[in-house]
Amino acid sequence: MLELVWLIPALPLLGFLILVFGGKRIGEPNAGRLGAAMVGASFLVTVGVFFDLLSRHGEQRSFTRVLFTWLPSGGLKVNAAILADPLSITMALFVTGIGTLIHIYAIGYMHGDERFARFFVYMNLFVFSMLALILGDSFLTMFLGWEGVGACSYLLISFWFERDSAASAGKKAFVVNRVGDFGLMMAMFLIFSKAGSLTYANVFEFAKAGSFTRTAATAACLLLFVGAIGKSAQLPLYVWLPDAMEGPTPVSALIHAATMVTAGVYLMVRIHPLFLVASPNALHVVAWVGALTALFAATIACAQDDIKRVLAYSTMSQLGYMFLAVGVGANTAAIFHMVTHAFFKALMFLGAGSVIHGMHDEQNIKKMGNLRKWMPITFITYLVGWLAIAGIPPFAGFWSKDDILLAAYRDNKVLWLMALFTAILTAYYMSRQFFLVFFGKERFLHDAQTVAAIGPNDAHVRDHPHESPPTMWLPLVALAGLALVGGAINLPFNAKTEFLGKWLESVDLGGRPILAGGALKYGLAAVTVVLGLVGVAIAYNFWLRTNDARAQAALEPALLQRAYGVDGLYSAVIETPGRLLSAWLAFVFDRKIIDGAVNGLGLVVRFAGGKLRKLQTGYVRNYALGIAGGMVLLLAYALARAGIQ
Amino acid sequence: MNLVAATTSVPGAWYLAVAAVLFTIGAVGLLSRRNVLVMFMCVELMLNAVNLTFVTFARMLDDIGGQVLVFFTLVVAAAEVVVGLAIIVSIFRGRVEGATADSANILKG
Amino acid sequence: MVDWIVFVVGAVIAIAGALGVLAAKQPVHSAVLLVMTLFGVAVLFVSQEAHFLAAVQVIVYAGAIVVLFLFVIMLLGVDRSEDVRVETLKAQRQIAAVLGVLALAELVALSRFHFVLGTKSVAGAASEPGANVELIGKSVFTRYLYPFEITSVLLVIAVIGAVVLSRRIRTSEDVR
Repeated sequence: MLELVWLIPALPLLGFLILVFGGKRIGEPNAGRLGAAMVGASFLVTVGVFFDLLSRHGEQRSFTRVLFTWLPSGGLKVNAAILADPLSITMALFVTGIGTLIHIYAIGYMHGDERFARFFVYMNLFVFSMLALILGDSFLTMFLGWEGVGACSYLLISFWFERDSAASAGKKAFVVNRVGDFGLMMAMFLIFSKAGSLTYANVFEFAKAGSFTRTAATAACLLLFVGAIGKSAQLPLYVWLPDAMEGPTPVSALIHAATMVTAGVYLMVRIHPLFLVASPNALHVVAWVGALTALFAATIACAQDDIKRVLAYSTMSQLGYMFLAVGVGANTAAIFHMVTHAFFKALMFLGAGSVIHGMHDEQNIKKMGNLRKWMPITFITYLVGWLAIAGIPPFAGFWSKDDILLAAYRDNKVLWLMALFTAILTAYYMSRQFFLVFFGKERFLHDAQTVAAIGPNDAHVRDHPHESPPTMWLPLVALAGLALVGGAINLPFNAKTEFLGKWLESVDLGGRPILAGGALKYGLAAVTVVLGLVGVAIAYNFWLRTNDARAQAALEPALLQRAYGVDGLYSAVIETPGRLLSAWLAFVFDRKIIDGAVNGLGLVVRFAGGKLRKLQTGYVRNYALGIAGGMVLLLAYALARAGIQ
Repeated sequence: MNLVAATTSVPGAWYLAVAAVLFTIGAVGLLSRRNVLVMFMCVELMLNAVNLTFVTFARMLDDIGGQVLVFFTLVVAAAEVVVGLAIIVSIFRGRVEGATADSANILKG
Repeated sequence: MVDWIVFVVGAVIAIAGALGVLAAKQPVHSAVLLVMTLFGVAVLFVSQEAHFLAAVQVIVYAGAIVVLFLFVIMLLGVDRSEDVRVETLKAQRQIAAVLGVLALAELVALSRFHFVLGTKSVAGAASEPGANVELIGKSVFTRYLYPFEITSVLLVIAVIGAVVLSRRIRTSEDVR
């Protein structure tokens, strides 16, 4: 089975190629079915590879398959090779697995879109790029995928490019990601100049041999972290993620929750051997950025009204948790949380998509309410997601978040407190959203006066919310199941139940055990659960029970609604000077100096041409005179040569 | 100059000189005459001068290649005359001012 | 001695004819004088054992090309002669004369030099046994077969070109 590992990225690529050339002809819904089938097949292969690896032990679990030499260029030789080890296969499992579910969901969600087939073109290309990112055996193959997912992200965010906001959101994502990519590229240059190779195995060998100076390793780690910040939407390069919600909801679920944004975390985990030789401050930076982002995003999420923006900030916050885990040396916990987060966040995004679908493209949670009556399946599945992210046992989120909190507690109490507070906020804002959407009054029903104003045949009046079609709710149910039991892959009771930890053992992840002393461990877990329930209770009190408008307004300060005004700050500090500079370049430098030089040159040529045209008399015999003159000169040359000899 | 064939005792250089004279007359005619047909004839003169040179060298160097080249020159000259005269006819047919090269000067800069 | 006489006669005929082409007022006269030059050159060919070329010279040049010239002269009108004494272009004649003198001097000077020679051509010696026609024929059909075939294509193209060029372009008026 291992020999077939190349099929994992090849199948989505094949789907991409078929759809890009024949997508329009295949049409709806077969284009979607094909796309989903390709990713699904890829998932089956991944499962096969997973079991094959599972049957091996130790070193045997890491398998590199070289496909061909990609770049043979002097000292730089890069193979297009696939690295199948527990880490990459874990990633590939949930990328293809959740990818399949989301593809199926998208068949329903994108129903009737005029660019239906193109959507799946991008989606398949995205899955391929993501698989190249995680399965590549070198920094460069990883970078190929890294840029590929960036491009797909751009294409998919601005999928509905007729909307200005979508088009500019796509651009924003791309530009902000470039900043991170710059760091990543610098890191690659540095690593290559030091280690002379970009293959993970060689670089880590080099690092283990102690050949990296501490400074170089630290610089490389921090530069790679800059790349990870950009891709995983951490402070301060997070601004693109909330705007990325302009894309279709399946995109938000696949890219901006479950897979692409986790690439940064994956990278950090992958380069763990580099962190070992770097200064410990590098990991501290990672931890602090993660914790700050988690807290920062969680506060913003408390005051957002757009159902998808809440989830976007929540995603940032959860990614912050993962970086915190990496920073405190709990890589297994980071991966664990990545997996469970992929389950429940994909679930919630798809649920939100289902709600938006059912509400006829209404995204404001203040205009929803009591949807449990209209959309029972969405309600039940969303309930599971809500409990999972709020950290209520036995749902998946509880186990992974608890691992991270435990590791943070052991490492740094301040970070732990920040993470703990974030946990309360998370429970609060998700409950707020949940209550506003599924409980309370049906705020979308218009009173008689409004109905009279907009007419009884308006879509908003005529159509009640409705449950989504099976292609949409089946993936929801599947994901709900995963979000419910996903925590079982790494139960912290004893070494035997830590399946994920054991599975990842063969990859060098640092291996600092998360297990603390039994009493402390259960105590801390109890604290988190209680605090999570407190968050739920606060939300219940203010948003469902009392429903006091004044108190609600106080809970949504304008500063948080505007997301601390960071967008404005960036536009003032970066965008405005940039605009001024480009205006100066365009209207002063370009017009006066560049154009002046070009025009001056043109004038010279025109003047010379005016003089030279006199030579063209139009008389054939004048031209013949020129030929005769040339002949005389040639003869003179021949004579001179003959004379010399 | 080495003289291999005993066909004539006149040294090749004399023939070359005659060819040079013919060539120069042709060139000067081309430059100074206005009638396109006469100019064309002058081109033929120059070609003949070259042919004479070729034949002379063929004798001097005892190499039939020179004569073969003249053969090809003749063919090309024939083709050239045919096309050239056709062009002249199509340009000057129906013109009152006569077939002078100077009357065709619309390419004046 | 006979060689010299033949050479001088041929040379004089050729040069006199050439001067005549240059000086004649009527194009018809130029054409007739061109024939004279061609005959003179043919004599010089014969004296250098190029019998085949001499024959072709007379047949193709005098027989075909000059006749073609005469046809065209008639087609365009014989009466339209230029005034040879007047030169319309400024300094054209003076420059032409200077260039002519220079070229002549250079060519004659070159003819006196000993040339650097490379290898002999592969066509073979001119003095081989066998008639001149035979020698040329052998070269043309063996060594120079491809160029020879290409010249035939060239001739076809020339014929087609001449037909196309001299065709009267039909205007809508002609059709009516």
